[in-house]
Amino acid sequence: MDFDPTDEQRMLAETVNSLLDKRYDPVSRLKLLDSELGWSRELWQQYAQLGLLGLTFDEQYDGAGMGGAELATVMESFGRSLVLEPFFATVVLGGTLVSQAGTPEQKSAILPRVAAGELLLAFAYAEPGTRWSQTDIATTAVRSADGDGDGWTISGEKIAVLGADSADTLIVSAVTPDGIGLFLVDAAAVSVDAYAMQDGQRGGDVLLADAAGQLLGTSADAIDHISAVIDVATAALCAESIGVCERMLWMTVEYLKTRVQFGRPIAVFQALQFRAADMYVALEQARSMALLARLSLDDDDAAARQLTVRAAKIQVDLSSRQIGQESIQLHGGIGMTMEYPVGHYFKRSAVIGKTFADTSELIELVGADGGLIG
Amino acid sequence: MDIALGKEDLAFAERMRSFFRTEIPAEIRAKGERGEHVSREDFVTTQQILNAHGLAVPHWPMEWGGQDWTALQRHIWAEEMALAHVPPPLAFNAAMVGPVIATFGSEELKQRFLPPTANLDIWWCQGFSEPNAGSDLASLTTRAVRDGDSYVINGQKTWTTLAQWADWIFCLVRTDPEAKKQLGISFVLVDMKTPGVTVRPIRLIDGGYEVNEVFFDDVRIPANQLVGEENRGWDTAKFLLGNERTSVAGTGIIKARIARLKKVAAETRSHGKPLLEDPLFRARLTQLEVETTALTMSVMRVLANEAKHPGTPDPVSSVLKLRGSELQQEATELLVDVLGPAALGYRETAGVSEGFTALPDGAVDAMPTYFNWRKASIYSGSSEVQRSIIARAILKF
Repeated sequence: MDFDPTDEQRMLAETVNSLLDKRYDPVSRLKLLDSELGWSRELWQQYAQLGLLGLTFDEQYDGAGMGGAELATVMESFGRSLVLEPFFATVVLGGTLVSQAGTPEQKSAILPRVAAGELLLAFAYAEPGTRWSQTDIATTAVRSADGDGDGWTISGEKIAVLGADSADTLIVSAVTPDGIGLFLVDAAAVSVDAYAMQDGQRGGDVLLADAAGQLLGTSADAIDHISAVIDVATAALCAESIGVCERMLWMTVEYLKTRVQFGRPIAVFQALQFRAADMYVALEQARSMALLARLSLDDDDAAARQLTVRAAKIQVDLSSRQIGQESIQLHGGIGMTMEYPVGHYFKRSAVIGKTFADTSELIELVGADGGLIG
Repeated sequence: MDIALGKEDLAFAERMRSFFRTEIPAEIRAKGERGEHVSREDFVTTQQILNAHGLAVPHWPMEWGGQDWTALQRHIWAEEMALAHVPPPLAFNAAMVGPVIATFGSEELKQRFLPPTANLDIWWCQGFSEPNAGSDLASLTTRAVRDGDSYVINGQKTWTTLAQWADWIFCLVRTDPEAKKQLGISFVLVDMKTPGVTVRPIRLIDGGYEVNEVFFDDVRIPANQLVGEENRGWDTAKFLLGNERTSVAGTGIIKARIARLKKVAAETRSHGKPLLEDPLFRARLTQLEVETTALTMSVMRVLANEAKHPGTPDPVSSVLKLRGSELQQEATELLVDVLGPAALGYRETAGVSEGFTALPDGAVDAMPTYFNWRKASIYSGSSEVQRSIIARAILKF
């Protein structure tokens, strides 16, 4: 039993961190946030050169062939720096969906271009009027009447689509006679109401009105693929959240030691010490579950894997909510400002807490499956 | 959780599981499973079976009955024992005085005490706390004065668990009142039958009799019952309290309690359905299960870290006591909630008069255990002490 990173993972983290330490100081990040695109295409190319954009893809598709542990390494680093580039949308969600569900032709057409930084993806699954269900959806896909029968026509509305503003190709879930299918849709075929998410990452709502699409893979029953990809992506979010929480804790610790009131650094006050100690406890409990989540990705039992990943996100979200709220409280007024970084971490952790499923939903799902003990 | 364990460790766990479930008498395990009081005789019987198979004191040196196990294997041993509802080897013997004698004691003390301590032929109790020395243990005032070949002890210990069953007590006593707090303390062994030792019971809020006050009035003991050097007892105490840092998490106990309360909840009706299907109840239960799983994984991390970087202090180990005691308490409280009105009556046994319905599992012990387990966040370094330790580690002052 050895949970220390391998040399390869350590090097990967060092490489990513040293790039981000140079490029993601708070001032540069604020500038990116306010820019029209909201992120940097130049950095995107650097990620491509480092092999990050094909990190988990098979080597035959120009990927690095790495696994969940390496993905977690990168995500944790991205969390530390609050990276704005659409890595999660394009590589983690889009790339994993294509890797899992795509035909060899689709993989050849898409994955090398993603890895090279030439193609951006987005996964459109959530819909207005529902919350966390991936199956309770109204978007429909029907086979196109014309052509050779390979084409589909998709209609419906998707919300909160991360990366929808800049994606070249959308992967859209839609109801078919055979089940919930996944469809590749050209961004030009849909209308996008683009906006910045609450944490500054870009996205938007998507309207599909008889949009032409291509079935991803060969079956229109893709729910198992969707679940598997959400497991991978949830474990990745857990890792990102650890990076986010770590920064919030250490920024708070630094602040307590340097902020002077009543003639003393406020770290001497036990009321504040205990709150900081509880933040540490919350962080370590979250770290343990983020670790378990990425270990469970290797579990061949899909139900066990899903249960563990969901349980992990419950702990990570509970912890990050506590750490986030406390870090603002312990900073006092300065924590409320956009100028000071801690609030940005808090915002990211709040958005992660509402991605795929929130705490109440996950608790209900894990409980309904019989729980983890006994 | 198994995903974190390798093949060999899973096989080891299986071996432990089957040993505990076949070699320890079923009626003793059933008492543990139903939350009934385990008698002194049950503890002795169990520990002697374990000892006969080399499983009572695996963390001791091999020449005194220990096993060449990894820290992870010792954790699995303890966890499987708890899950099988086996009363564990008496902590005062196996985890406390035994390792102290093995590490600091003379050859003579080892020969004399280690075999009967491992076999629970001697039942030990712990004389550390005093009325004015709790979290601030080093302020203890019980005096031991050297007089020829003897020490003469005067003072009082308190919270002495199961002193009423004990044959011997190991004590921290002040041998040099002039020295700085921690420097004038010694570690001595006292036969409870020595004239001048008086035990007075303390009734606790659960209605039970578990702890005592122990008074020392001119208690004369041979000087060779000093362990280690005179005035170096604080090192011994620190060693003792730092042993097996992962066992304080109590993950095995928590899981056993959760499994039990889920069984009772499945048999209890609420709004016409099993309580286990009630969304609000299930949500609380699930959150407890998640946090317990996180704690288990934190234990694994501490163990892995210890194996790889032995001896380096790991601040995560402070998390284990803090969260462990809180989650033990939550599991205890949740069983009370499951039982509802059935938990309210104070009863000594589960028997009912003729014509009355049999009591549900937990009716006798749920509420008393809830009351009793408030101790978990007080003893062995209260939650507040733990938070102070963590705060010092992260704030570095």
